[in-house]
Amino acid sequence: MNSILGYSAVLGALACAIFGAVVGIGSGMARRESALPWVRRAAIGFFAFMLLANLVMVYALLSHDFSVQYVAHVGSRATPTVYTVVSLWSALEGSILFWGIILGTYVLAFALSQKDEHARYLSLALGAMLGVGVFFAFLIAGPANPFGKVSPVPPDGPGPNPLLQNHILMVIHPPMLYLGYVGMTVPFGISVAALLRGELGEAWTTTLRRWTLIPWALLTVGIILGAWWAYAVLGWGGYWAWDPVENASFLPWLTATAFIHSTMVHERRKVLKLWTLSLVLGTFLLTILGTFMTRSGVFNSVHSFTQSDIGPTFLVFIGLLLIFSIALLATRGQLLVPEGAIRSPLSRETAILVNNLLFVGITFTVLLGTLFPLVTEAVRGVRVSVGEPYFNKMAVPGGVVVLFLMGVGPVLPWGSGSPRVLRQQLIVPVVVGLGVIGLCLAFGLRGALPILTFGLAGFVTAITLRELLLPAKVRILEHREAPWTALVRSASKSRRRFGGYVVHLGIVLIFVAVAASSSFVTHTSGTVGLGQSIQIGDNSLKFVGFQNGAEPHRRWQAANLEVTSNGGSPRLMAPRMNFFERSTDPIGTPAVRSTPTGDLYVSLLAFSEEEKTATFNLWIFPMVGWIWWSIPILVLGALIAIWPGRRPKVALSAAVSGVATANLAKVKRGAA
Amino acid sequence: MKTSSRNRLIALAAVLVAGGALAFIAFGNIGQNLVYYWSPAEMLSKGESAYGTTIRLGGMVQRGSLQWDAQHTHLSFRVAEGPKEGATSVLVSSTEVPPQMFREGIGVVVEGTYDRSGVFTSHRLMVNHSNEYRPPKGGEKHEDWKKTVSESDTTTARKP
Repeated sequence: MNSILGYSAVLGALACAIFGAVVGIGSGMARRESALPWVRRAAIGFFAFMLLANLVMVYALLSHDFSVQYVAHVGSRATPTVYTVVSLWSALEGSILFWGIILGTYVLAFALSQKDEHARYLSLALGAMLGVGVFFAFLIAGPANPFGKVSPVPPDGPGPNPLLQNHILMVIHPPMLYLGYVGMTVPFGISVAALLRGELGEAWTTTLRRWTLIPWALLTVGIILGAWWAYAVLGWGGYWAWDPVENASFLPWLTATAFIHSTMVHERRKVLKLWTLSLVLGTFLLTILGTFMTRSGVFNSVHSFTQSDIGPTFLVFIGLLLIFSIALLATRGQLLVPEGAIRSPLSRETAILVNNLLFVGITFTVLLGTLFPLVTEAVRGVRVSVGEPYFNKMAVPGGVVVLFLMGVGPVLPWGSGSPRVLRQQLIVPVVVGLGVIGLCLAFGLRGALPILTFGLAGFVTAITLRELLLPAKVRILEHREAPWTALVRSASKSRRRFGGYVVHLGIVLIFVAVAASSSFVTHTSGTVGLGQSIQIGDNSLKFVGFQNGAEPHRRWQAANLEVTSNGGSPRLMAPRMNFFERSTDPIGTPAVRSTPTGDLYVSLLAFSEEEKTATFNLWIFPMVGWIWWSIPILVLGALIAIWPGRRPKVALSAAVSGVATANLAKVKRGAA
Repeated sequence: MKTSSRNRLIALAAVLVAGGALAFIAFGNIGQNLVYYWSPAEMLSKGESAYGTTIRLGGMVQRGSLQWDAQHTHLSFRVAEGPKEGATSVLVSSTEVPPQMFREGIGVVVEGTYDRSGVFTSHRLMVNHSNEYRPPKGGEKHEDWKKTVSESDTTTARKP
């Protein structure tokens, strides 16, 4: 029953997507506006059917209906309810289904949030998005069908992958990442519409920017949560290893970030139109490539849980998208005429251009390193992997220059800057930066790269804080406003700018945390008997005994350690090893004691109950927690930037008088 | 030629040069940081060209080859091509603490270098994880979960 209902819903979604894509693009190209309501209905239908399919799957999972293939594959009666729901995205087929509902939600939100003013534009954009929907609905209906029937019906299933049941972060990390990934479909649709129409007006630039910022923010949070999950669950003492799956999420982030910057140049100077749209198309392509890499099992990675046959389908889709994007840019590109020029090298636009080239350069090198093993294996039949040093050697210098630009960019004015003013503005930040370097050296820190990073971080922070607080200061002095009121008002006057700088502060924090935790890490490992101690840094860890327990879905064995730091009172740390039913490998849960200055990280490597010994891996990571604690800052900044301005309200009040509306619509259509 | 189009040409040339330089550096760098994935027989067949490069050696821990030194800090074992008695094998020396799963007869991947002495020096030891599930066997006890390790040669865990 569930199988039939779910599969019918998927077919319904496929039909809606095909209808919407054909009608949307067809009517848009034929310059007919009358079909828009039908495209809207197709979007609503696509959403509704996807929602139904997902609800049926969740119901099947919760009711342990093992006649449904996917439930038989990942379900288990012993799994706690939370993880049963989570198993919707714990394996390939379910995650593609989940992808479908997110896509449906985005398309619906976009369709409903846009007014009818740009009907042609809207039907083209929705048509392109539903075109993507066709592909995913086809995947769910065909190669990755989760609703297949199983007979005879098994009494119980194996449960989801233990790695995914082991930590609560797994409940929120994948949806975040998906929301970021799938959301890039919306800017893709908008850009395709702009290219097909051969125009990118102001109103649509704002729409494009806002609809890129939303998935960008979610993707950022998703990536950081993924790093946190790796750190908290995998127990190898790190959070980023340039694993293909990590790269897959990082690549679209890089190009999306480049877009967010280049669109400012586009809006201010009316140049870089084609470049900006190329970045959006590239971002979308990279998200699809990323999905292919993570979901087809081409990489031997901890994330590629299943081998599957969706690979070829994906490759065809990527090929088609690539041809489509290049053809679109080549045939329609000349319609987007630049209306201005970049005049001076000492200007904000030049800084952003350099930033863009850097981001694209880093994207290129990371992509090369990620795909190289695939290509050599396919062409020469040699199995190789690209070592972490490659990525570090390419990305670290790039990162340092990006950090530097984050400071210099905001100081440079739009248009052309005067070197004298520039020098004046740079004095204080440079002094701050040098002061930080001096302090680091005084405290005995060594190492060129981390100290350079800290110094630059000081430089950037000084500039960013000045840019953030200066308008408020002016208001306090001139309008005698209270400090908080002044700050809020100055922020709401230029949300984008304010939000952007808040995000910059969060990114600087990440830079500092990454530099500190990777450069000044302390590591040791050892086997100890009962009552013996291991030393690391100022900590002494005494092994005091074993402890074990059982939960419905797993049993665990912990080794208790009494930790004494600097002669303080002892505290308990208990790294564990978890044994999941029907899974062959134990999965560790490292014990982490987190403080603002650094983490003490202990993982249990091996133990012997007969000999009463245990083997531990121990690390001290300075400041590492700030990588994830930066999330609130990043979210706050992104929210400030995304929050709609006053403009819609003006349109709303204008709607009161019919004449005004008609005029406004005319003006807006002219602008779009 | 107008100034604007000349500027554009200069900009284009600069981008091309920068892109070319980047590609050159990237490809050079990738060549230096390649890690080859070989089995013992494949590695030995490369002869001297295998010396010095970073290698991931995949195989099986030969039964009866596992040895700890007196202080229990230094480990040596042979990585063999397969489970058979006389399979091609390479002596591996490791100072790293092996994970809980590690034992004789299990699939391993060791990362390190090989040299003239005929000993493979490992700096990273990964047990071949098997993320596949299997149905529970009849009469299996909870305690057995710890000991049962699938010996099937499946994917390599990226993060040890």
